[in-house]
Amino acid sequence: MKILNKEILAQTPDTRITRLKVHAPLIAKKALPGQFVVVMVSEAGERIPLTVVDKDKDKITLIVQEVGLSTKLLGKLNVGDSLYALVGPMGHPAEIKKYGKVILVGGGVGIAEIYPVAKALKGKDNYIATILGAKTKALLILQNELKAVSDELVITTDDGSYGRRGFTTDALQELLGKNEYDLVYAVGPIPMMKKVSFIAKEFNIKTIVSLNAIMVDASCMCGSCRVRVKDEVKFSCVDGPEFDGHLVNWDELEKRNNIYKDKEKRICKLYKL
Amino acid sequence: MKKEPIKVKETEPLQRTANFSEVVSGYTEGQTLKEAARCLQCKNPTCIAGCPVGVDIKKFIFQITQKDYDGAYFTVRETNDFPSICGRVCPAEYQCSKTCVLTKKGSPFASERAINIHFLERFVGDYGMKHNLEVSIQKNERLTKQKVAVVGSGPAGLCCAGELARRGIKIVIFESLHKPGGVLRYGIPPFRLPRDVLDFEINYLKNLGVEIMPNFIVGKLKSLDELFAEGFQAIFLGLGAGTPSFLGISGENFCNVYSANEFLTRVNLMGAYKFPEFHTPINVGKNILVIGGGNTAMDAARVALRLQKINGIRPNVTLFYRRTENEMPARRMEIEHAKEEGIKFQFLVKPEEFIGDNEGYVKRMRALRCKLGELDSSGRRRPLPIKGSDFEIDCDEAIIAIGLLANQVLVKATQNLKTDKYSDIVVNPETMETSIKRVYAGGDIVGGEGTVIEAMGMAKKASQAIVEYLSRK
Repeated sequence: MKILNKEILAQTPDTRITRLKVHAPLIAKKALPGQFVVVMVSEAGERIPLTVVDKDKDKITLIVQEVGLSTKLLGKLNVGDSLYALVGPMGHPAEIKKYGKVILVGGGVGIAEIYPVAKALKGKDNYIATILGAKTKALLILQNELKAVSDELVITTDDGSYGRRGFTTDALQELLGKNEYDLVYAVGPIPMMKKVSFIAKEFNIKTIVSLNAIMVDASCMCGSCRVRVKDEVKFSCVDGPEFDGHLVNWDELEKRNNIYKDKEKRICKLYKL
Repeated sequence: MKKEPIKVKETEPLQRTANFSEVVSGYTEGQTLKEAARCLQCKNPTCIAGCPVGVDIKKFIFQITQKDYDGAYFTVRETNDFPSICGRVCPAEYQCSKTCVLTKKGSPFASERAINIHFLERFVGDYGMKHNLEVSIQKNERLTKQKVAVVGSGPAGLCCAGELARRGIKIVIFESLHKPGGVLRYGIPPFRLPRDVLDFEINYLKNLGVEIMPNFIVGKLKSLDELFAEGFQAIFLGLGAGTPSFLGISGENFCNVYSANEFLTRVNLMGAYKFPEFHTPINVGKNILVIGGGNTAMDAARVALRLQKINGIRPNVTLFYRRTENEMPARRMEIEHAKEEGIKFQFLVKPEEFIGDNEGYVKRMRALRCKLGELDSSGRRRPLPIKGSDFEIDCDEAIIAIGLLANQVLVKATQNLKTDKYSDIVVNPETMETSIKRVYAGGDIVGGEGTVIEAMGMAKKASQAIVEYLSRK
C-alpha cells in the first residue's frame, strides 16, 4: 500500500490531477480493465472507489482528481507514504472482445478510466476512435498514452485552449454522422455520459458507461450506490460499475450523487483544503 | 418467597442519547453474586439446551456463587470464546433465559423471572478481560502443522478461528473491510457493544496466533482454489448476510432513503457520528422514519435519534412495523430502550410509496394500515393491508431495516458452491461442509439472518468437523 511514484499530471488554481503508483502485488495480479479499488487515506478517512488505470508486476496506477476532502488528502500523499487501506479489485471487468469500430469518450478524469479499456480493446484488434475532453488545456491528461492506442483521436476543450472548442459530445455527434461504429464506451461527468448515451441511442449504437455512484463498502453491503437500470435497482459496486448507458436512469443518479455536496464543502473549508 | 431478579444499571435516557457510550452498565460484583444466588442449580438444567454453543451455565453460575470467577471464566470460555460480546448482544430471552426453569411457559416474553444469564456471562467475561486471564492452547502435534483459512471476521468467522486456534491450528482470517468484526463492527452500535470490548476479544484471537488480513476480498483477490494451493487444508466461510433488502416500492431511491446497513455502516464502521473529525458524511433529518421490527431497526432508530441530538435537532424518530409489538423480532430490552429514549412506534403499517421533491429528496411516505390475519410460516400472524386505509406521513429521511440477504460476492465467483433459493450456501447440517470438499460455512450465509450466538453455534460445529478431518488425514 506504499506509494512508489507520484506525478502531477495536470493543474489549475482550482484542482489537480495526480498519478500515483501504489505497491499492491496481489491486486496487480488480478485487476482487469474496468475494475476498481477502494482506498482510504487514514483511519478517519472515507472509502473512495478509484479505477485501476494501469498495472505492472507489483504496482497499480491510480489517477485522482482533487475535488473533495478525501481526494485532496490523497493528492497530498508523497512517495514513501502508505495508504491506510486498499482493497480490490472490485466490480465487473469490462467485456474485452472484438467489437469492430469503437468510440471511447473520456471527459475530465474519466480519461484515466477509459485508458485501460482502450488499451485492452486495441489489443483485441478493434479500431479505436478516442474523444478526450477537458475544461481547459491545463487539465487534459494522458493524451500521449491514448494516442498510442487510438486509430483516431479527437481532443476538445470547453474553452478552446487546445484541440477543438466545445464538448466531447459535439465531436461524438460528428463522428457518428460520418462513419459507422459498433460500440460507444464513455466515462466522465454524469451530464456527459447522459448526453453521450442519448446521442449514441439516436444512431442506435450500443453504449457502455462506467458509473461513479457514491459507495461505502463497495462489496454489496450498503446499497449507497444503487442505480436504476431500466426498471431494476442495481448496485454499481457489484452489478457494475459498467452499465448499458441507454438504460440508466440518469436524473436519479445525478441527484443521488449530489447528496453530500454541502457537507463536502463544509469539511473542505474546515480543513482549509 | 422467590427473590426478585436483579435489575441492571442503565444510563438515564436523556443522558445516554447525547452520545454513543454504552447504555447498560452491567452487574457489579455484589449484584452478580445476588443474581447467581437465585439460580436453582437444577438437577437437570434446561438452560444449557437453550444456548446455541452449549455453555455450561449451571456450572459457571455455581462457580460465581463460590466467588471462583477465574473458574467461571474458564468454564464459559470452554465453549464460548467471546463472553463479553455474547453477554451484551445475545437475545437471552429467546435462548438460555427462555429455557430457564424460572421462565413461565406460554407467555411470549415471560423470561422476566428467569436468571439473567447473559448479565452473569458478561460479568465473567469482563472479569477475565480485566484480569487478562489466558486460555491455554491444547498442543496437538498432528494439528499444529495444519493451516485453515477463515473468510469473514464476523461472529461465525471469529468463533471458528478461536475454536481452531485453541487446538494449535494455524489460522488466517481474510476480511474484506479495513477492520475486523463484521456485523459486530459495522452493524451493532458502540452503545450496545463498546469498541474496546470488541477490540479486546479480537486481540485475544491474535494472542492465540490467529493472523487477520483486512482489506482482502476472497473471490476477487484470491479464489478458494488458490487458497487451497497455498497450503490451507480447509476453508471456513463466514460471509454473513450483508446485503440489504429493500421494500421494492416506488420512490425508494430518493435521496435520504437509506438501507439500515448503509446508515449503520456509515456511523459504526466509518465514524460518521464524529463528522467532520471522521470524514464519512451522513445526512441527519428532522423527521426520520425507520421501517422494520428487528434488532437492526432498533439500532438504526436509536442511532438516528442520537445523531439528531448530537446535531442539535429535536429528536423525532418514528418506527413503523407491519405487525404488532408482540411479533417484533427485536430483543425486548432493545424495544424498551428505544421507547425510553423517545422513539415513537406505529404498528400495523405497510409502506406503499415514498414521495419526493424536485431535487430528488424524500418528503413523505404513503402507507396502508394492516390487521393481523392467520399464522404464517414463521408462526406469527400475517399482516393484512386494509383497503382504503392509505395515509401519508411527512419525513425527510427514511431508513429501511426489513432484513438482509446473503452476500454474493464470493458465491458468484466460486463455481460448484451450491446455494438454495435464498442464495444461502447449502451445507451438510452435521458437519457444515458445503458442496465443495473441505469448504465449510456457517453464520448468516447458511441459515439466513440469525443471532450472533447462532452463528457461533454453526461455526463451532464446523470447527469440530474441521478438527476431525485434520486429525483423520
